[in-house]
Amino acid sequence: MFKDFAELADFGILGLNERNAVYTLGYNQRGFFPLVDDKAQTKALCIKAGVAVPPLYGTIEIERQIRDLAKLLGANTEFVIKPAHGCGGDGIIVIKGRVKDKYRKANGTLLTLPKLEHHISNVLSGMYSLGGGADVALIEYCVNSDPVFESISYQGVPDIRIIVLLGVPVMAMARLPTRMSDGKANLHQGALGVGVDLATGITQSAVLFNNIVTEHPDTANQVTGIQIPDWKTLLELSSQCYDIFKLGYLGVDIVLDKDKGPLLLEVNARPGLNIQIANRAGLLPRLHLIEKSAETLFDVQKRVDFAIQHFQAALPNSKTVN
Amino acid sequence: MNRIHFLALILVLSFLGLSIFLYKVIVLGFPMSPDTKSEVWNVEARISFQGKDEPAQVSMFTPQSIHPYIITTEAFVGQDYGVTEKTQGPNRVVQWSTRKAEGIQILYYRGIIRQMKEWETEFRELSHPSIDKEEALQGVLPPLQGTFLQAGIAVLDEVKEESADLESLILSLIARIQDPDKESPASLLRSQYPPQQVLAQLLTLHGSPSRVVHGIELSKEAKIVNTKEWLEVLIEKEWVPYDLEQGKKDIPENYLPWWRGHAPLFQIKGGTELEFRLSASPNQEQAIKAAVARGMVLNPAWLKFSFFSLPIEKQVVYHILILIPVGAFLLVLLRNVVGLKTFGTFMPILIGLAFRETELFWGIFLFSVLIALGLGVRFYFDNLNLLLVPRLASVLIIVVLIMGFLSILSHHLGLVRGLSIALFPMVIVTMTIERMSIVWDERGPGEALQQAFGSLAVASLTYLIMSLKSMDYLFFTFPELLLVLLAMTIALGRYTGYRLLEIRRFKSLLQAG
Repeated sequence: MFKDFAELADFGILGLNERNAVYTLGYNQRGFFPLVDDKAQTKALCIKAGVAVPPLYGTIEIERQIRDLAKLLGANTEFVIKPAHGCGGDGIIVIKGRVKDKYRKANGTLLTLPKLEHHISNVLSGMYSLGGGADVALIEYCVNSDPVFESISYQGVPDIRIIVLLGVPVMAMARLPTRMSDGKANLHQGALGVGVDLATGITQSAVLFNNIVTEHPDTANQVTGIQIPDWKTLLELSSQCYDIFKLGYLGVDIVLDKDKGPLLLEVNARPGLNIQIANRAGLLPRLHLIEKSAETLFDVQKRVDFAIQHFQAALPNSKTVN
Repeated sequence: MNRIHFLALILVLSFLGLSIFLYKVIVLGFPMSPDTKSEVWNVEARISFQGKDEPAQVSMFTPQSIHPYIITTEAFVGQDYGVTEKTQGPNRVVQWSTRKAEGIQILYYRGIIRQMKEWETEFRELSHPSIDKEEALQGVLPPLQGTFLQAGIAVLDEVKEESADLESLILSLIARIQDPDKESPASLLRSQYPPQQVLAQLLTLHGSPSRVVHGIELSKEAKIVNTKEWLEVLIEKEWVPYDLEQGKKDIPENYLPWWRGHAPLFQIKGGTELEFRLSASPNQEQAIKAAVARGMVLNPAWLKFSFFSLPIEKQVVYHILILIPVGAFLLVLLRNVVGLKTFGTFMPILIGLAFRETELFWGIFLFSVLIALGLGVRFYFDNLNLLLVPRLASVLIIVVLIMGFLSILSHHLGLVRGLSIALFPMVIVTMTIERMSIVWDERGPGEALQQAFGSLAVASLTYLIMSLKSMDYLFFTFPELLLVLLAMTIALGRYTGYRLLEIRRFKSLLQAG
């Protein structure tokens, strides 16, 4: 057992306790948490700072407003309903089209309007919110994924998660929905996590749950060695979040829209640890390196350059593995 | 500053807790485990009644130092009451009186009773007092009259024919009087008097003075007790006890005689709405009487500040409460060091507490049945599109219904344990069902079951730790150990090492690397 602990430490793996105590609690002031826990506030702050986000169609704040859902949706056939305080992707419904009076989810199942209304009612009563308190439902633009991901994701929209410490991108991964994850980009629901070389934006190794793979389980296409477009823009975008939200340790989720380019989806003050499995690298050495040179990294350009210089993928291209 | 402050806090807390603990153990000689205790009990009688704005008087029999028990300390508590003691035949009576009783009146009798060992001098002094027949006949019941007398003689005659000596006569008489089916003169007597009284009267009629003894059973755990009755027969100048329940000579060692004769335990004038309760608990502190006596001289104030100074019924509560921190610490270990997932933070502790009543096997069984049935109903409710709070309330109602149903079912099946399902914290059960169904929907049945088993495992483990007798004794006798527990919990609050289950989680990484 102690040997295993030592091995994890040698590998530089960040554990949940250390993430909570040292990074989440150590770098993030309690007062700024609501900025990222409430997706409505996140969106407003981003717009103010000039960061692109999925456009908002409307919010539903009280039960009475649910009656006007149909009016609010208007002619939109594609939209996303999400709880403003949700976590881990719970409570998000993605609608990709209409069939007569029914709504078609990303996975093809049909929902009636009353079913949608009930879901929103659940959202409002706090079923998916972090503390169980009252919540609001956001209805927003449904992202159309960039063609680069077309062959390597099953329905849904893949996103790119970048961990940021003090404004310096630390590690990145692409999360590709699978049939098992029901079109959601969440690793614990069965989405594919693909490590991305921070310096180049080329996908490296992939992990499904805790197993290392190289192909998408549904499309059977190679998921490694793919260049993510606009990589430097994504790094800058994630670095900017430190200045916007004042949170030292962050997970930034970005989606690539076919038409609108990179959009900031949400920001997480307690980003998960699976990114380490996807990248087959521990976070700790990188985090310690940033902590050492924190003073010199005062603007976005410097931070991104620092990341590109120091955090090149340690592994050779994963095609050689397995 | 932060780190030094943190370490200092932990050290101060542990030092404080440990030094009080060690002082008690080494200097005062408190025993470390419950096994070293001698046979000492606290007994308590609590009388409460409603005063009628007039003089009130309550008299009650009290136990006496009679072989093999000695009363070491006694207290009669009653605000604004005068207390007098006197002897009444074989009994001792305490009388509380006041000139004006207004509102609710509460009176206490508290005694510390020690069972003497044979090598003690007091034991020999008190044992085997010699009693004359004349003396013994004083204070026994008035003789039977009329048809009852004739019925009594008939019963005696029947028994005499079957028995060879006094011993066998007493035993067959006990059997005959207590046999409920027998259609005999005994049933006539029984219809008028309680069986122990009938026995005492018949034996006295036969020429062996007998009396009823009322007492309590002293058990290993603190609880509210009912009186027990047995018989004493004068044989060769000695009172010999007979156990009526077993129908044999001698009584169990842990029966404490309280009073003798047919009078009720207490009498009251000037009061209504009477409530009465007798309780007894083993007294560990007094078991180390010498230690405390030394402590009283050295430092009276803080030694009095212990759970043992509480009334017994409150002590029972603290025996349970004191274990909750232990469970909480265990939970911290299992969640933050091992990495188990549970529904709700403290839910496993509460379930573990409920297991104390049901015991482990039944606890797990009943809990699983309850959750499974509740979850089924919850899935049905899902189709009704109910709002959250009404839905939770509906599930709560269903939970209560299921609990009631299971209780009644198990009662009819003769399963006593099943009844204790009523002790499950139903709100916690309801929330568990709700959260489990959300996890089920959002993360799949696998994750939901995994968390459910995690919770159940943690609950079982907490139960097992909390039900350890030594754990109970240790924290009840040395509550200062909670400071040490607090220090350890705070220290774990800054534990940034890996969780045990993270080894499994990152295993693939290590192998590949």
